[in-house]
Amino acid sequence: MPRRTDISSVLVIGSGPIVIGQACEFDYSGTQACRVLKEEGLRVVLVNSNPATIMTDPEFADATYVEPITTEVLTSIIAKERPDALLPTLGGQTALNAAIALDEAGVLAEYGVELIGANIAAIQKGEDRQQFKDVVEKCGGESARSLIVHTVEEAVAAAGDLGYPMVVRPSFTMGGLGSGFAYDEEELRRIVGQGLHYSPVTEVLLEESILGWKEYELELMRDKNDNVVVVCSIENVDPVGVHTGDSITVAPALTLTDREYQKLRDIGIAVIREVGVDTGGCNIQFAVDPDTGRVIVIEMNPRVSRSSALASKATGFPIAKIAAKLAVGYTLDEIPNDITQVTPASFEPTLDYVVVKVPRFAFEKFPAADPTLTTTMKSVGEAMALGRNFTEALGKALRSIDKGGAVFHWDGEPVSGAELDDLLVRIARPTENRIIGVQQALRAGASVEQVFEATKIDPWYLDQIQLVNEVAAAVADAPALTHDVLREAKKHGLSDAQVARLRGMGPAGEATVREVRYALGVRPVYKTVDTCAAEFAARTPYHYSSYDLETEVAPREREAVIILGSGPNRIGQGIEFDYSCVHAALTLRERYETIMVNCNPETVSTDYDTSDRLYFEPLTFEDVLEVYQAELAAGPVKGIIVQLGGQTPLALAQRLADAGLPILGTSPEAIDAAEDRGEFGRVLVEAGLPAPAFGTARSLDEAKDVAAGIGYPVLVRPSYVLGGRGMEIVYSAEQLTGYVERALAAAAAEDRTAGTLPAPLLIDRFLDDAMEIDVDALYDGTELFLGGVMEHIEEAGIHSGDSACVLPPVSLSEQEIERIRRSTEAIAKGVGVRGLLNVQYALVSDVLYVLEANPRASRTVPFVSKATGTSLAKAAARVMAGESIAALRAAGVLPAEGDGGTLPLDAPIAVKEAVLPFKRFRTADGTVVDTVLGPEMRSTGEVMGFDRDFPHAFAKSQAAAFGGLPTSGRVFVSVADRDKRSIVFPVKRLAELGFEILATDGTSSVLRRNGIASRVVRKFSAGRGADGEPTIVDLITAGEVDMVINTPSGQGARADGYEIRAATTAADKPIATTVDQLAAAVQGIEAVLAGPFAVASLQEHMAGEGLTAGVAPAAPERVGA
Amino acid sequence: MTASANAVTTPATGTDRALIVLEDGTVQTGRAYGARGTTVGEVVFNTGMTGYQETLTDPSYHRQIVVMTAPHIGNTGVNDEDPESGKIWVAGYVVRDAARRASSWRARRTLDEELAAQGVVGISDVDTRALTRHLRELGVMRAGIFSGDALVRDGYPRTVEDLVAEVKAAPAMAGADLAREVSTDEAYVVEPFEGSTPDGEPVATVVAVDLGIKSMTPQRLAQRGVRVHVVPASTTIEQIEAYAPDGVFFSNGPGDPGAATHEVELLRGVLDRGTPFFGICFGNQILGRALGYGTYKLAYGHRGINQPVMDRRTGKVEVTAHNHGFAVDAPLDGESVAPHDGGRYGRVVVSHVGLNDQVVEGLECLDLPAFSVQYHPEAAAGPHDAAYLFDRFVELMASRRSEGSEAADQNIKES
Repeated sequence: MPRRTDISSVLVIGSGPIVIGQACEFDYSGTQACRVLKEEGLRVVLVNSNPATIMTDPEFADATYVEPITTEVLTSIIAKERPDALLPTLGGQTALNAAIALDEAGVLAEYGVELIGANIAAIQKGEDRQQFKDVVEKCGGESARSLIVHTVEEAVAAAGDLGYPMVVRPSFTMGGLGSGFAYDEEELRRIVGQGLHYSPVTEVLLEESILGWKEYELELMRDKNDNVVVVCSIENVDPVGVHTGDSITVAPALTLTDREYQKLRDIGIAVIREVGVDTGGCNIQFAVDPDTGRVIVIEMNPRVSRSSALASKATGFPIAKIAAKLAVGYTLDEIPNDITQVTPASFEPTLDYVVVKVPRFAFEKFPAADPTLTTTMKSVGEAMALGRNFTEALGKALRSIDKGGAVFHWDGEPVSGAELDDLLVRIARPTENRIIGVQQALRAGASVEQVFEATKIDPWYLDQIQLVNEVAAAVADAPALTHDVLREAKKHGLSDAQVARLRGMGPAGEATVREVRYALGVRPVYKTVDTCAAEFAARTPYHYSSYDLETEVAPREREAVIILGSGPNRIGQGIEFDYSCVHAALTLRERYETIMVNCNPETVSTDYDTSDRLYFEPLTFEDVLEVYQAELAAGPVKGIIVQLGGQTPLALAQRLADAGLPILGTSPEAIDAAEDRGEFGRVLVEAGLPAPAFGTARSLDEAKDVAAGIGYPVLVRPSYVLGGRGMEIVYSAEQLTGYVERALAAAAAEDRTAGTLPAPLLIDRFLDDAMEIDVDALYDGTELFLGGVMEHIEEAGIHSGDSACVLPPVSLSEQEIERIRRSTEAIAKGVGVRGLLNVQYALVSDVLYVLEANPRASRTVPFVSKATGTSLAKAAARVMAGESIAALRAAGVLPAEGDGGTLPLDAPIAVKEAVLPFKRFRTADGTVVDTVLGPEMRSTGEVMGFDRDFPHAFAKSQAAAFGGLPTSGRVFVSVADRDKRSIVFPVKRLAELGFEILATDGTSSVLRRNGIASRVVRKFSAGRGADGEPTIVDLITAGEVDMVINTPSGQGARADGYEIRAATTAADKPIATTVDQLAAAVQGIEAVLAGPFAVASLQEHMAGEGLTAGVAPAAPERVGA
Repeated sequence: MTASANAVTTPATGTDRALIVLEDGTVQTGRAYGARGTTVGEVVFNTGMTGYQETLTDPSYHRQIVVMTAPHIGNTGVNDEDPESGKIWVAGYVVRDAARRASSWRARRTLDEELAAQGVVGISDVDTRALTRHLRELGVMRAGIFSGDALVRDGYPRTVEDLVAEVKAAPAMAGADLAREVSTDEAYVVEPFEGSTPDGEPVATVVAVDLGIKSMTPQRLAQRGVRVHVVPASTTIEQIEAYAPDGVFFSNGPGDPGAATHEVELLRGVLDRGTPFFGICFGNQILGRALGYGTYKLAYGHRGINQPVMDRRTGKVEVTAHNHGFAVDAPLDGESVAPHDGGRYGRVVVSHVGLNDQVVEGLECLDLPAFSVQYHPEAAAGPHDAAYLFDRFVELMASRRSEGSEAADQNIKES
C-alpha cells in the first residue's frame, strides 16, 4: 500500500537546544524526516528553537519556525499553518512531551491535527512505569521488582521491601535526569526528593538493584501491517549501573548465544506490539544476570532515540528516515534498502564488523562535580569506530575521543602490590577513563577474574583487552618491527604513535613507524557498511578502515574534496561545526566528489546521504593520512578542508601540509599566525589596531611580572585552547599564584620540579565593563563579506559561547560597524585568510580592541546564517575551493549587494541564548555545581529568539532556553557593590510591573534610598533565624522566588552567591548573574506581558513578510521541554 | 558463581599456518583453527551473527565448508543444550577472529576445543568478507582448508597448484545424494512435552522423515502436543503407514534435490494417500519435485537468519532463518496446476516468497493437505517469526481428522 493520500501537510517538532542526553542525533533524525516528507510531496512545517541545526535550514522544510517549543507558540503555529498531521517521534523527549501537552490542551482536537508515528496511549504505556511493568509481564518478560512512590516517606517505607542499594528513576524525564542509586536512607531521601521534583508528574520508581548485570539494547521498527524488525542489538561493556549514554557500547551484541538473543528479540517484539507503537522505531533495554541468564526488561523509548542514531550509523539502516516513511503509510517491505537498493527494508541488518562507541565527558569544566558515572547521563558527546574485530574498533574509538588519557598506554612500570590492589578498588567505581584503569590492571598482572569481580565487565571483553596487552608486549619485545609484528599490532587497533611509544622511539617515532610500515606494505584497507555482510552488492560508499586483505574503495574520475569533521561533541566544539561541514559537503557536491571523514555518530555529516563518500574514521593524523592515500589511489584529490570542523581538524593542518597534503583555504601558516600571540600582535600593529596589553609567561615569576606590568585584573589561559579551557579572570597576585600552581600540578614531573609550564601562559589585560562583539566574515583575498556582527548581552569576560548575543547589533552605530568592517578586513588580509574568519572585539569608551581572531568556522556561523538568511558555510566552502566572493554574489550564493553589516533597519532581530548543563553536575554531597558564568565555556547548546525587536526576540530566547521569564511573583536581588548603582533602574521597573522585591541587607538599603520598597531576607551565611525564619536559599528551594538577580563579587568569600545560584538552578528558575542580563530580562518581561508571541517562519522573514499574531492558548500554558 | 567458574579458557594454540584454497585458485593464508589436516567441500557463507553452535551441528551443512561473516566466533563457547544434532556436520570452518575465551554461564568448553575434538579442520584470521564477496560474485565452489602436515609433501611445502588439484578432485554438490549419509539409522520417538496436551494423549502423531533433521524440529511439534516418530531417509511408504500417522513431515537436509529420487517417490505415496504433509527446506524441494516442478541451484544460496519472507496468505513479512543452496522453480504468481502426471495433484500456489530475490520460499497445495517452506520455522538458530507454521500443520491434521471422521460417519450412514 503506498503512502496515505489524506495527509498533505505535516508538522515536525525538533528537539530544541543541545543538552546532555539530547544532542545533535535529533538533528540527524529530524533532517532525515524532513527530507523524506518533502520527497513525498508533503508540505513540511518545522518548529525547532535551535539555529545550529541542519534541519532548520530553510531548504529542508516549507515553513521553518525557529521559535520556542512551548504549547503557546506551537498553538499559534498550528492555528496559522493548519497542518493535517503532527509527527512527534523524531525530536526526542522534547517533541514527545510537546505533543502530549498539545493533546492535553485540546489543541490537536481543536485544529483537527492527527498524531502520526505515535499515539498518546502508546507513549503513556511506554513511559509510565507501572503501565510499562504491566506490559512487560503480559509479554512474558520480567521487570525488576519495584514500587512507585509519590513522596519521600513512601520511598523510605519501601526500603524494607526492596533493600539497598535501590534504583531511583523519576517518571517522564530524559537522559535519566534525576535518577541514581541509593545505598542508604540519607541518599534515598535526597535522590527521591530531587526525582520527584524533576518528574513532571511528581512520581518516581524504586527498583531492586540489578547493578553489575549485563546490559543490552534492541532497536526495533514496526509498520502499520504489524511487521516488526530488530535493526540492531547493542551491548554495554559497562554493566548495569552506568547510563547507556555514558557506557562504552558495542554493536552487535557479542556475548549472547542465539537462544538468549532470540529471547530478548521475542520479548522486544511482544513489547512493541503490546505498547502499541503504531509505526516507527522504539528502543528497549534489557539486563541479563551473568550467572543465570535471567532477563529483566529495564525500559523502552517509544520514539527515535540517541541509540537509534547510533544503530543507524552502526548498521547503515536509517531508522529515522524509515520511521518517517512508515508514519505516512508505507510498510517496511515497500521501502527499498538504501544501501543495496534491490532488497527491501523489511529485514534485519547483519554486521560483518564490530562497532564500538565511547562517550566523551567534560568533567574538567566542572571541577566540583562528582565524576562517578551513574544512571544519570553526564557525557557530552561520543565517538564511534568500526573495525573488523573488537580490539581494532576499540582502539580506533578510544583515539577518536581526542583527549589526553583516553587511549591504552604502556608507559612506565606496571603497578604492583598495594598499588594494584588500590587500582582494583578504583576501577570498581565507573568513571571517565575506567577502561584505561582496566587495561592497566590487566597489564599489571591482575587476572581477568579479579578485574571481573571489580568491574563486572564481561570476561570476554576483559580477555580482549588482555589480548591488546599481549600484542603490545610483543611489539615492545620484538627484536625488530617486522611485517608480522606490525600487522598484528594494527589488527588489534594500535596506532603508529602507540607502537612508537612501545618501542621507546622518541618524538619522531610515529613517523619512523609509519615509514617502516609503508616499506613492509602494512596498510589498511577500506571495507563497506552494507547492512548485509556482503550478501548483496552495496551501492553506498560508507567505509571504515581495517587491517585486512581486500579494499573496496572504488576508482573515480571526478576530482575529490575531503572534508574533516569535528569528532565527538564536546563543550565548545559541537553541532555548530558539523553544520559547516555538512554545508560544505552539500554545496561542493555540485562540482566535486565530496568525501567526509568523521567519527561522531550523532551528526548529519556522518549520514551517508550527506556526501558522496563517507569514511567513519578517527580524526588523527595517521587515520586521515591513510584516507587521503586511499582516495588518491582512487582518483584525483583537489584538497582537504580543515577549517570547518573546529579545533580537532585544525590541529592537524600543519602536519597534513608537511606531509604534502593540499590544504584548501587559509593555509596552516596563516592559521598559526592567528594563533601565535607574537605573530598576531605584529599583524595588528601593522594594521594599526589596538589589542589589550598582553604577555606570555612560562613560570610563576614571569607571570607575576607580566601581570604587574599590565595591571590587574588580567585574563589568564593556556595557549591553543578552544572553548576557553582553563581560562580565568585573575584579580590579584595571590589568585595568580594559585592558578599557576594548579597548572604546574597538572604538568609532567620534570616540568613540575623545574617550575616551568609545558606551554606558555597567555596573560591579557582584562577589559572591565567592555561590550564584546563577535564577527563572522568571509574573505577571498580581495573582498570581505561581513557575515554578521553580534553584540554580546553579557559584558566581556564571559565566554562568547556562553554569552547571549544579538544580531543585528542593537546599540552600535553605523560608524562603529564600519570600523569593525575595516578592522576585520585588515586582519583577514594581514593573516592571509581564504574562507571564514571570526574576530572578537571589545568596545571600551570608544576604543575597539581586538581580543582574538580565528581563521576558521566559528560556533556562530549557523546562527549568523539563519539570522541573515545567507549560508555563510556554503559560501566559505566555495571560497576555499577557489571561487571569489564576486562570483558567489553573481551565482546567488551570496546577496548581490550588501552583507551582514548593512542589514536594513526593519530587519528582524535575532537573539542567541546559551543553554547550560549545571543541573546534571552534582558535587559528591549531591548539590548542584556553581552556575556562575566565566571565561571558560560550559554551555552545551543554544537557541535563537527571532522577532521584530530586541525585547520580543530576547523573551523568545528565554522561553526557548529555560521555559520563559516570569510575569509576576517575587524577584530576589543581591548584587556586588560595583553593580549596586546600575540595578536601580531595572529593579524599579520590575517593582512597577508588580513584582515583589526581596533583597539582602546591603542591596535593600540602596534600593530603599532610591525609592524602591523591598523585603529583607536572611543571607544563607547568617543561617535561619531564632524562630526558624528562612534564609534566601530556603525560599528559593521552596519555590517561593520566581527570578534571581545575583552578580558575584569579583573575589573573596563567594559562598553565599554560590548557594543562591545552585539553589536557583536546582529549582529551575531564571537567574541573571550580570547587570546586562537583568536589563535584557526586564525588557523581555515587558514583551511577554504584552501578549502571546507573534510567529513567523524563516521563509517569511527572508521574504520580508511580517509576523503573524499569536493565539492565546485555550488551556493553561505548559512548557514542552 | 564467579567468572572463573563460567569461563573456559583455551590453552595457547600457537600460530600455525593454514591455507584456504578455492577451486578457482583463490588462496588466503590464516591460522589453523580446530583440528589440523585437510578438508575439502563446497564453500558457502553464513551471515548469522548468533548461533554458530546450531549452524555447526546442522546436518544440512554436510560436506560444506562454512565461512562465517560475523567476525567473532566462539565467544559463548560450546554448551550441551544448543546442538542441533549429535555432531558437527560442517566439513570445514572459516572465521576471522576465533575467541580465546568462552564467556557464558552455559559454556562447557571452548569452540576451538570442540572443533579439534570432533576433528573439524578450520581456519581463522582470514578476510572472510573478501571470501564472501568472491563467492557472491562467482557463485559457490569447491574449496579446501589445509593445515599442519597437510601443507607438506615429501618434506617440501605443497604448491598452490597441488592444493587446487586436490580441491578439484572433490565431488561437486550438484547431483549429490547426501540425505542418507546424515539420516538416523534407527527410528526414534519424540514424545509430546509435558503439559502440552489437554488429556495427556498426543494431539496428533507425525512421522518425520529424517533427511538431515535438526533436533529443534521435532521439539517444536512436541511443544504443541504432537508425538513425532523420526524415521530414516530409507523408510518406505508401507513403514510410514504402519505408524498410522495423522501427518507426515519431511525435514531439511543436504545435497541436490534433483538426486533424491527415493524421497520424491516416497512423498508421492504420502500425497496419494491424502495424509497431511508439511516439509521444511529439503522437504520443500522434495514436495516441489513430487508435484512435478523443477529445482535449481542458486548462485550462492541463502544462509543466514535475517531473510525477509512474505506470507502471501496474510501479506505479512517474517524474518526467517535460511540455509539452502537449491530452490524450487514454480510459477510465482497465481495458482498453477502441478505438472506431475497430468495434474493429478491439482492446484498449487507459491505461499511464501523471499523478498530479497523473489525466490520461492513456500508451496501450498490447494487440493491436497500439503504445504512446505524452504526456510526454517524451527529457527535454531534464528528468529521465531515463522513458528506459526507448526500451528498450521497441527490445525491441518486436526481438520483432516474431523473431516475424516465426518466422512466415516457418512460412510456408515450410506452403507
